[in-house]
Formats: sequence, C-alpha cells, structure tokens
Amino acid sequence: MSVKDTSPTLEVRNLQTHFFTKAGDAKAVDGVSFSVGKGEIMGLVGESGSGKSVTGFSIIGLVDPPGNVVGGEVLYNGKNLVGLPDEQMRQLRGNRIAMIFQDPMMTLNPVLRVDTQMVETILAHDPSVSKQDALARSRDALGRVGIPAPDERLRSYPHQFSGGMRQRVAIAIALLNKPDLIIADEPTTALDVTIQGQILYEAQKLCRETGTSMIWITHDLAVVAGLADSICVMYGGRVVEQGLINDVLDHPVHPYTRGLLGSVPGANSRGTRLYQIPGMAPSLLNLPQGCAFQARCPRADEACLVEPQITEPIAGRGVRCCHPHLNAEEEIGA
Amino acid sequence: MSENIQNPTPIEAPEEFVVTLQTPFQRFCLDFFESRVASAAFVVLVGILFIAICAPLISPQNPYDLSQVSILDAKMAPGSQSFDGWTFYLGTDGAGRDLMSAMFYGLRISLGVGVMSGMIAMCIGAAIGLAAAYFGGRIDAIIMRIVDIQLSFPAILVALILLAVLGKGVDKIIIALVIVQWAYYARTIRASALVERNKEYVEAATCLALSHNRIVFKHLFPNCLPPLIVVVTIQTAHAISLEATLSFLGVGLPISEPSLGLLIANGFDYMLSGYFWISFFPGIALLITIVSINLVGDQLRDVLNPRLDR
Amino acid sequence: MSEKTNDTMLTVDNLSKNFVKKLDLAGKIAQKLGSNIREEVVHAVDGVSLAIPKGSVVGLVGESGCGKSTLGRMIAGILRPTGGDITYKGVSITKMSGDEAARAALQIQMIFQDPFASLNPRMRVIDIIGEAPLTHGFTTAAEKDSYVCDVMKRVGLDPEYRRRYPHQFSGGQRQRIGIARALAVNPEFLVCDEAIAALDVSIQAQVINLFMDLREDLDLTYLFISHDLSVVKHISDRIVIMYLGRIVEISPTDELYADPNHPYTQALLNEVPQLEHRGRDYKPVEGEIPSPLDPPSGCHFHPRCPHATDRCATERPELREIAPTRWSACHLNDEA
Repeated sequence: MSVKDTSPTLEVRNLQTHFFTKAGDAKAVDGVSFSVGKGEIMGLVGESGSGKSVTGFSIIGLVDPPGNVVGGEVLYNGKNLVGLPDEQMRQLRGNRIAMIFQDPMMTLNPVLRVDTQMVETILAHDPSVSKQDALARSRDALGRVGIPAPDERLRSYPHQFSGGMRQRVAIAIALLNKPDLIIADEPTTALDVTIQGQILYEAQKLCRETGTSMIWITHDLAVVAGLADSICVMYGGRVVEQGLINDVLDHPVHPYTRGLLGSVPGANSRGTRLYQIPGMAPSLLNLPQGCAFQARCPRADEACLVEPQITEPIAGRGVRCCHPHLNAEEEIGA
Repeated sequence: MSENIQNPTPIEAPEEFVVTLQTPFQRFCLDFFESRVASAAFVVLVGILFIAICAPLISPQNPYDLSQVSILDAKMAPGSQSFDGWTFYLGTDGAGRDLMSAMFYGLRISLGVGVMSGMIAMCIGAAIGLAAAYFGGRIDAIIMRIVDIQLSFPAILVALILLAVLGKGVDKIIIALVIVQWAYYARTIRASALVERNKEYVEAATCLALSHNRIVFKHLFPNCLPPLIVVVTIQTAHAISLEATLSFLGVGLPISEPSLGLLIANGFDYMLSGYFWISFFPGIALLITIVSINLVGDQLRDVLNPRLDR
Repeated sequence: MSEKTNDTMLTVDNLSKNFVKKLDLAGKIAQKLGSNIREEVVHAVDGVSLAIPKGSVVGLVGESGCGKSTLGRMIAGILRPTGGDITYKGVSITKMSGDEAARAALQIQMIFQDPFASLNPRMRVIDIIGEAPLTHGFTTAAEKDSYVCDVMKRVGLDPEYRRRYPHQFSGGQRQRIGIARALAVNPEFLVCDEAIAALDVSIQAQVINLFMDLREDLDLTYLFISHDLSVVKHISDRIVIMYLGRIVEISPTDELYADPNHPYTQALLNEVPQLEHRGRDYKPVEGEIPSPLDPPSGCHFHPRCPHATDRCATERPELREIAPTRWSACHLNDEA
C-alpha cells in the first residue's frame, strides 16, 4: 500500500542536526532524507544513539540548545520548516503537524483537567471556535480513540487515567486539529502488550480513515512490521536503508539491517543462538571516518573509510553501503 | 573485527569501551569549579580556615594575654599606631585589644564551635536517620516524631534554655548546638536513605545475603552522602550564626574565649559614639564567613544533585 | 499441583504476597467516625503454585500488575511471602531462618532489570563482583583479584577494566557486571527479572546468547521473567502466564504457541507484534488491565474475556491439569 499519489506531505532532504556540547560536537542527525506521502505510515527504526528521536524533534522544531538544525530542508507541502520563524512554526505545530511522545505526561499538564487542555489546543489555533463546539470536538476525539464515557473522562485529571489511557488522550489531543502529519516517538514502548495492541489499532484506523500521514519512531521492528507501509533504518545519525516494508524486511540489503533482523528472536527458530552484531554502537561524539557501521560489519574493508552515499541498487530502495547484500541467498552474517 | 556465529562469548573490545576516565571524585571537582562564584567562595573559605587554624601564629598580638594589652590603646581608630610602634590595622576595642588579632582568635572559636558541633550532630543524626530508614515501621515512626517535635521548636529558644541549665563554656555550647541540630541531619539522611533503599543494588545486596551492617554502611551510607554534605555546609553556617547570636546575647561562651559574636556585642555600646569599627569589622568577618560557606554549599547542592541537567 | 519429581529444583506452593497500606492515626479516627476509608490491600501474588525442574528455563510472562516481579523477588529471598511455601531442593526455605536461609538464598540469585540502578555507583567493579564471594568464603582476600577476573571473562567482560566504576560502562556491559556478580557466588538457580528489557535490540541478542551459554556451561536453572513474549519463546522450555496475581496457564513452549488454552493467553499471543505479520488488521482485546487494588471478582479476566459466563464472575477458576504437563485456570475447560 504505497500511497505516494500526489506530492508527499513531508519531504526531508539531507537534514543535519548537531549538538554542540562541552565534550564535543555530536552529529545526532547527519544527512537524513526521506519522504512521507498522504496516508502513509513510515517506520523510523533504530537503536539508542541512532538519531531517530532527534530527527522527529528536528522536523517539528523542538530541538533545544545545545542542539541546532544546521543544514538540510524539511519540506512540508513545499514549505521549508528549517529556519522558519518561531511564530509561523507555532502555528503549524499542534495544528498541521502534531507529535506524540513516549511519555504521555510530556503532553499532559498534570494540574489541568483534560477538557481544559483539549479546548486550549483547539482555541490556540482557531480562536473563532466557540467553547461548546470545542468541547464537542474534544468529546468526539476521545471517542475516536476508544475512551469509554468521554463526558466523565473530560472532567478528569491526567493522574486519574492509567498509562494506556493517558497515551490515548495524548493521541486524541494530537488529532484535535486534524493534522496532516503525526510524528509518534516510541508511543507504545512503555505500554503493555494488550494496550499496545489497542493503540496500534487506533493509529492504523486513523490513518486509513483520515489520510493522515504518520512517522512512527521505534526500535521495535515487529511493531513496524505490522503497522507501517515503508521503513527507514537509521544508524549513527544516518539513514542506512529505506524502502517499502515488505521489501526491506524480506530482503534486507544493508549489513546492519540484516544483523538487526537476525538478532530478533522471532525470526530465528527456538533455542538457537541469535546472530549478535559484535561490539557497540559508536558514540555520536566520535563517529569513525567513513561508514559509521564499519567497526561491526562483517564485510568492512578499506573502501568503507570513505563515507558511502545513498544509492538505489534496487528500484524504490535506498541504501548507504559500500558492500550491500544484493545477492538474496546470502546467509545473515556472511 | 568479524564475528562468526559459532564463536563463544566475545570479550568486549577496549577501544569502544570507556565513557569517561575519571573517578567520581575527579568528576565532582571538575563540576564544582566550573562556577566562578563558588570557586571564589571556596578560596575565601580556605583563607578563613587558614586564619582560624593559624591564629596564634599570624596574629600580631595575643589579645587575651593581659601583658600585651594596654588600656591606653583603647578605642583607637583603624590604622593608628600603638605605643609600642606597630599598627593596629583594624583599630582596637574598648579594652585596648588589637581588633585584628581578636578577630583571628574569634574566627577560630566561631569556626571551631560551628564545625565541631556540626560534625558531632552529623554523626548522631546520620546514625539515627539511617536506622529509621533501614528498619522502617515503628522505629521509623517513633524517631521521626521525635525529630518533628525537635524541629518545631525555634533553635534559639532551645539553645537558650539549654545554656541556662548548662552554664557557660565551649563544651556546653557545643552540646547545645548539637542538640539543636541533629534533627536536620537525621531527616535529610532518612529521606535519602529511603530512596536508595528501594534501588536495585540494595536488593541485590540482600539477595547476596550480605549482613545488615554491611548494607547500611557500605551500600546505603556512601550513596546518601551527597545531600548530607550539602546539609553539613549549610548547617555549619547556621551553627556559626547561632553561636554568634547566643554570644551576642551573653550566654554560652565565657569572656575569656570570645567568638565573633561576643566581639560584636562588646562593640555594640560604642556603635553610636563613633567607634563603629569595634562591631563593624567582626560583623563583616562573620558575614563573609557565612556567605562563603553558603555559596560553597549552594554549588555543592547543584553539583551533587543528579537530576539537574548540566 | 505440578509434578514433583526428584528432578524438581524449586517448588512454590500456594504462595501469596499482600502489600498493605495501613491506616495512620488520622485514617483510623476517620474510620471510627464512619468514613469509608479502608486499609488498602494489594494481592500482588494470590495463591500461586509452580514447580521448576532442574536445568530447565521457565518463562514467566504477564503484563503490569500481574505479580511476576513480586513472585521473582520472593523466590530470590528479597521479599518475605505473606502466605504459602517455597521449597528449594526439597527443603522449605520459608521455614528456615538466619544462617540456613542465607545459605539457601545464595544459591538462588537474581539479575535485575535496570542496568543503571542495579549497581552501586560508588563501588568499583572488582568490589561489586568480589564483595559477596569474599564475605561468604568463596575466595580469600589474596585470591579475590583472580577470582573476579575469571568471573568477568566468563561473562565476556575484559578483566582489565575491573577497577573502573559502573558509570564508565555501557548498559549492556553493566548488565554483564550484574550477571557476573550473581555468578560469583556459584548459584544454581537464576531469576532474571526483565533482565534484557532495558537494552537495545542488538545488545539483547548478546545477553540472550550469554544466558544460553551459561545454562549449558554451568547447568543453571532459570526463571526468566519478561513481558516480551518473543524472547521468552526463544529461550524457555516452559511458559507460565500470569494475570493480576494468579497463574492462568502453564505449558511447554511449543504447545502453548500451537494451542493456547486460556482466553488471556490467546489474546496475548494474538496481540504480540511479530516480524512475519505485515500490514495487520489489529483486533485488540477490549478493556483496561484492572487495578490490582480492586480486582474483578471470580476470574480476574472475565470483564475482558470474549467467552465469559456467569460462573466466571463469581467463582475463581482452579489451575487444573488439562493435558500431561499442561495446566490452565479456566472454567471453560470444565465443559469440554
């Protein structure tokens, strides 16, 4: 289900976000490019230190000092968000582009009632709406994310909800102004499996019904497998592989993607040793010369000292590798 | 560095290994001296401590040795000459004592009493607070009620009553200050220990069947030190000022061992007659001491607080 | 309850743990004056019985509030049970006291979830690992150094770094230090409480492999507590599913996946995202996980169960053997 019929909702070109710390400059995002079409769910996958969360924050303009977006473009419906004045960015944020965080308490103010917060969100972007209408819309939004007894819930405080409910309220708030794009940063990582299932269901229903695009940031490949249409794998602040979900998961080309898929228990048969990618992820303060993955790659050689650019060895697939696995029959780890 | 699946558990490669090379203490020092204000305060404090410790060696005169003091030098202005020929840099007091020397000795007493009482109160308060946190339940409840009661009385009031009963003397005032202060330490360390007690490394120690003593003193206590260190500095300043107040009011220290408070009291009568320096300089010395201790304490609190984003 | 052969390493018999929030003085007065305040009792573990055979890996799975961590801590000796019995190698350890209990506790060790909080930040690694063996006589002060080096090598850590502090290591390495600390006292039984949940995927694979190697080399028995079913499936011989303080199903792994019996198990297995399932149509189970403070009557799962009957709301289902080595606590099995 590749929905890139019209021009993409969001197009990121060569985004670069660096953190200027006392210990050095961390290149958290170093040349990331992808695009998300209307109604498309893109999974942005990586481990800790890969830069996936910072990418999400950079798109929506929430990178605080010592971090700064130093280069590249983020084109939302053709308009570049990088360098946009604060006032204009604020009009977009929460209105046309919304974000859901891992911890719902980053969205919810613990001392305000839910209805206050939701009405505030609506009125902030459209002061002409009457309070009754705003309340009605809020009630609808809560209903749409599957919260029972929405009238009662509107009058509650965040601490009166369970973790899963809070995340649903956060999603409802994100939906209020019918955004074109939702960036979800690990929203279900802290939730139980059955509650995660409920949230994934809501997210999927939403994108199908309203045509909202979504970027789902996570480290959990299995969640992305079930939910997303396309996937973007990040490592060391760079995109190493991207493409349609089935293509990438069934025929991974980059050694890191292959290694990652090999390490996940579900894929292998029970009781065998998992493939383990040796070593550790590099510190963003101290990225190696050339390819970020070479220290852990079974195929690395001198050619990898030159940083590889994104190529398209197969149609629709972007890879950043000097020695991609183009031969589908190769064993993982070869 | 290729890895084949049949290899047994590999040893971690050293070069990707080390995040920082410093011991916790080195890290702490670097963080502390980042603040210029705190560094300046620290230097001042070291200077004050040096003066206090070396008072007999660096004072031009021993103000309590009556043979060195002459009433003819009384109330001389700062900078004036004594009849012996040397300068009273800060003037003299009503009895003819060199104010600078009196201040050095006074600092010694003030700091000595403050630090001493602080240390003793810390030991007692820490032991009680740790016991309350570790054993919990009824022991905790009883101890905390005592602490609450103790803390609800104004410190000055308690100290005055105690000193009225105990009389004058350095040891009596230290006892009084200890009784007034131990409760702060107990409460602080109890709060810290309660948090640490629920951490998994303490559970691990229980799982490894280590003795209670070992867990409390080797595991809990070192991790409760940060807030305790902060309280020690702030409380020492508090003790010094409390002692100064008590001396100013005339209780506590005898005249033979005057602290800064007593010096200020002595000069109080002359304030409006124009001999302002007799109270003024000891007052300034007291102020500088307390302010520098507080500044150091503030920076310590910021540095040792793991939650602060630095 | 479950089979007790000579091979059984650890048995848990009708074990319970209640956490009581007693009323303070103000609360007691309010209660006497007629207010509705009650003591809050959480039945974290509610009558659990289980047998773990020697050399096996038993996976313990459940969501928040199911009591799996509490059960693990009672087995490891960190929490005292409120009721019931734990038997280790045929001897009841709940009835032991003092030295004996301590010695038994040493053989059962625990690996914790949080690699940051589970190590004392002010102790060097050599002391973290070497403290317990030295205290209990596994090594002498003179030999502590080489003893610790051996243990570190066994878990894949370079002994050269034994004088460093925990904050100087990465998350995966700290978890290895925690494992080394547990291994240093020569345990026979390891309780792993979400031991890999806090680690990155690629590091998880390393630690899972380490567990499997250690099991073979040292003939260890594991109780592997996790909420991650795919990991549990990979490493366990047998899986125990818990819900709100009670066991709902026990089954060997393959059979559990082939034919889950209890409706909660079915819902759980259905919900777990798997790499092979693309573009799923989610059909999640309804309802929230109830609060352990106020669990539903009868079968705890009945409000969310698609097959609930009247009996389920009133009567607690017993854990019954539905096939050799398979147990399930569901009234629907009675009708079959």
